[in-house]
Amino acid sequence: MREPDIPINRVDWLVVVIYFALVIIGWFNIYAAVYDSQAPQSMFDMSINSGQQLVRIGISVVLIILILAADHRLFENLALPIYLVFLGILILTPVFGKEVNGQVLSIGVGSFRIQPGEFAKFATALALAKVMERPTFDLTKSKNQMIAFGVLLLPVLLILLQPDTGTAMVYFSLLIMFYREGLPQWYYVLGIGFIALTLLALGFENNLYLVAAIAILALILMSIGKRSWKRSLAFGAIALMMIGYTYSIDWVVSKLPPHQQNRIMVLFNPDIDPLGVGWNVTQSKIAIGSGGFLGKGYLQGTQTKFDFVPEQHTDFIFCTLGEEFGWLGSFIVIGLFVALLYRLVIMAERQKTRFSRIYGYSVISILFFHFMINISMTIGLFPVVGIPLPFFSYGGSSLWSFTMLLFIFVKLDASRSQQLGRIN
Amino acid sequence: MNDQRPFVIIIIIFLVGLVLLTKLFMIQVVDDSFSRKAERNAIQRVIDHPYRGLIYDRNGELLVYNNPIFDLMVVPKEFTVKDTARFLNIFGIEKEQLITAYNAARKYSWVKPSPLIKQISTTDFAKIQDFLIDYPGLFITTRSVRSYPTPIAAHALGYIGEINAQQLERDTTDYYEQGDYVGLSGMERFYEDELRGKKGVKYKMVNVRGVDKGPFKNGAYDTASVAGINLTSTLDRDLQLYGEYLMQGKTGSVVAIEPKTGEILAFISAPYYDPNELTGADFGKNYSILNSLNSKPFLNRPIMARYPPGSTFKIVQSLIGLQEGILTPETTYACNKSLVACHNHPSPVNLFGAIRNSCNPYYHQAFRRMINREISTNTFKDTEIGLDAWREKVLKFGLGGRLGVDMLGEYGGDVPSSKLYDRVYGEGRWKYSTIYSLSIGQGELLVTPLQMANLAAIFANKGYYYTPHLIKAVDGDATRIPAKFTTKHEVGVDARHFDLIQDAMAEALYGTANRAIIEDLVIAGKTGTAQNPHGEDHSVFVAFAPKDDPKIAIAVYVENAGWGGRAAASTASLMIEKYIKGQITRPALEEYVLAGNFIY
Repeated sequence: MREPDIPINRVDWLVVVIYFALVIIGWFNIYAAVYDSQAPQSMFDMSINSGQQLVRIGISVVLIILILAADHRLFENLALPIYLVFLGILILTPVFGKEVNGQVLSIGVGSFRIQPGEFAKFATALALAKVMERPTFDLTKSKNQMIAFGVLLLPVLLILLQPDTGTAMVYFSLLIMFYREGLPQWYYVLGIGFIALTLLALGFENNLYLVAAIAILALILMSIGKRSWKRSLAFGAIALMMIGYTYSIDWVVSKLPPHQQNRIMVLFNPDIDPLGVGWNVTQSKIAIGSGGFLGKGYLQGTQTKFDFVPEQHTDFIFCTLGEEFGWLGSFIVIGLFVALLYRLVIMAERQKTRFSRIYGYSVISILFFHFMINISMTIGLFPVVGIPLPFFSYGGSSLWSFTMLLFIFVKLDASRSQQLGRIN
Repeated sequence: MNDQRPFVIIIIIFLVGLVLLTKLFMIQVVDDSFSRKAERNAIQRVIDHPYRGLIYDRNGELLVYNNPIFDLMVVPKEFTVKDTARFLNIFGIEKEQLITAYNAARKYSWVKPSPLIKQISTTDFAKIQDFLIDYPGLFITTRSVRSYPTPIAAHALGYIGEINAQQLERDTTDYYEQGDYVGLSGMERFYEDELRGKKGVKYKMVNVRGVDKGPFKNGAYDTASVAGINLTSTLDRDLQLYGEYLMQGKTGSVVAIEPKTGEILAFISAPYYDPNELTGADFGKNYSILNSLNSKPFLNRPIMARYPPGSTFKIVQSLIGLQEGILTPETTYACNKSLVACHNHPSPVNLFGAIRNSCNPYYHQAFRRMINREISTNTFKDTEIGLDAWREKVLKFGLGGRLGVDMLGEYGGDVPSSKLYDRVYGEGRWKYSTIYSLSIGQGELLVTPLQMANLAAIFANKGYYYTPHLIKAVDGDATRIPAKFTTKHEVGVDARHFDLIQDAMAEALYGTANRAIIEDLVIAGKTGTAQNPHGEDHSVFVAFAPKDDPKIAIAVYVENAGWGGRAAASTASLMIEKYIKGQITRPALEEYVLAGNFIY
């Protein structure tokens, strides 16, 4: 008997179980975030967020079924058209979209609105997989690097026009996938060094300490090992560049609009402005911190109930979890994410086609970045950037785009035996 | 070449998970400051104020109760009125009033309640209650204020008011908070701990804008308030009311005591004020008005005013003389007006006659023998020894120090010791001729009206007294009153010596206070005249009745009313009649007292 085209028995059920666990925990938390003990409404009430989210979960299930039922070649074949369509929508969004707080994030008809920036993530992932799948594609070659970065940066530029810095940042998470696909390590050393220097330059009130540290480090490096004019000159030049950079950073920051300056400075000291920009972080930390080890109990939270934490059902949904389920609840959810990501790495590595593997790592990159940055910002480890927690946060676009992102890979993984091994 | 890279990625994923969990562990488990901040954020501690204890009179008549008053509160966000005219009609306010109050509420907060109409009476409340449902954003809060069904005994009962800074500081138990009401005078203050009850605490949740979101953990941590303990006062409402009626327009004191128990039956300080004036919203306004009056209605005269005891003190002198054996009923002296002034009466007189006629020279001579006992050959030294020995005996009558009544601010009066004269005249430079005016209750002697009433109780009891007090029972239980009020104080004079004194006092009325005489009710009394260098003398009368089974001992002071036999004796007599007989049979005398023309 011929194998059915839907290899449902080959679906990685562990990923599906973790996915639904996260979605359902998220849904319970969305209800908790809007729950009012004085006027309790049913979790299924369509007038509140949890009811609406349930509909979105239902639509997600339909999406999952459609994706699993589709031909696995569809995604590879449609990768570039999908990418181009979303680029088109991203171009149109600032023109036809709805402006909220100076940002144009969504487009749509009537009450049905989507955020193309969210969907463009899996479109970009598909496109990158498509262009990078050629056996000759080598990320150590500068021409190929330019192609890959070109595909990556196009949507980024369009999203920055909206402007949505948080979502734009997410695309850079695909550097993780590039890493796996062989982008030279020195890019990362340089990048991490660059970021570290930026943070240090921002973190130090007085750059003199930093300059002194760089100078001393350069002198030590010059004095040890082989002594040559060339080597010393190189270290000196690098040190001078670093020093110049630390000063230029402060200059750039001083030229930024005040609200962005504040967002950066609050990272280093949330007490600068506890009622203004620091409010979100301060209140979020209070909510999570007051949860203790076991939490206050479901629906017993006080901080996340009464609007102390803004955006608590979207970007700050983790607060509800931290407050009501404590460290144990946080441990379980973080554990689920880590387990999911680990499982996805295993799955990506077992792919027979480069397309599937690249796509798999793109999924890992995007989910990992969201997970890391979202939780970090709620506990004050990262500046507040408006990006949702995958599967958890309230909102259709975010849930559906993550669902599609993940389940296209689940589908690719389930059909891996039907694909021709083209992996290098 | 990229073989190790998947492991690097896996390690990074696990590391990030670990970092997040570590940071979460730090803020959730290790650092507990966030929990406290959260509580400050969202949990509001609301004090549930207990009902203050009630105060009854000795017969169970209510003297002080809590009157609920209603404030109509508005939450501007929820409040809408469609038909303004109807609204104004129902709630009985003017349009301008409504607009002013509403604007003030909006200015205070859009979402928190503020008063729209304050102090709605119970009847108005009943009227509007049914209409409240039609107006969202309106609700009623209840407060209670002290109220006095019969507006009497303001000084004895005292008043309550907001706690002041010093009291807050003195409160080591941290029971009180800013804005709490505490007893500030009288019984309200003295029995504050009993009356105040026990506060309850309610924890309610509020959202970021301070809007009430219901009880925290369904009230698991809430405690209910416990109402204050009801007190029974020793006061007799009717007697108190009658006394105030008689004292209207006068300045002075009336203190009536039940001799056998020390219970204060009436405690009148004139001028007095309506205790209802010091309740509710007008407290501040009325307080400053009353406080600025020249007549000083806040002065608690029975325990704060001090006067020379005058002739009344001759009875104390007689008793000490008898007990010491210096005087006997037969001791006779001539009314020698060269020693000290006296009025015309038969002379010489024995002790009975001396009391009956209030003979000054008699006591001048008797007191010299009590002071100069020839213990020392030095007459100065002998006077000093004699005075201090005598003073010890006088102090036992509850003079020269606070009696310890259950009111704050009591003054003790004064019985001079040798030290005082040493200070004034120099040691060894004064003798009997310096201090002889003490013999007739003048000079440096000072007593309060309460002490005088207590003296009357001692005479009635033949030699003992209980500290005068206002508390009869705590929560209906007479055994719960402070022990010092059930401790008998002996004055050190044998009961037998009192018989003559009582007879003489009963007889004295016929010489000095004819007006006080009541048919078929024998009053033993003694007039006095407290000399007043600033104007007319003060009229003083102490008495007890019935002579053979005393039920009431009384001291009456009427300032600037001249001779004791008129104003004070008349008032005392009416009070006694009122208390013993329950009615007044001498309307003419009552009119005489009410008219208040005692100087003629």
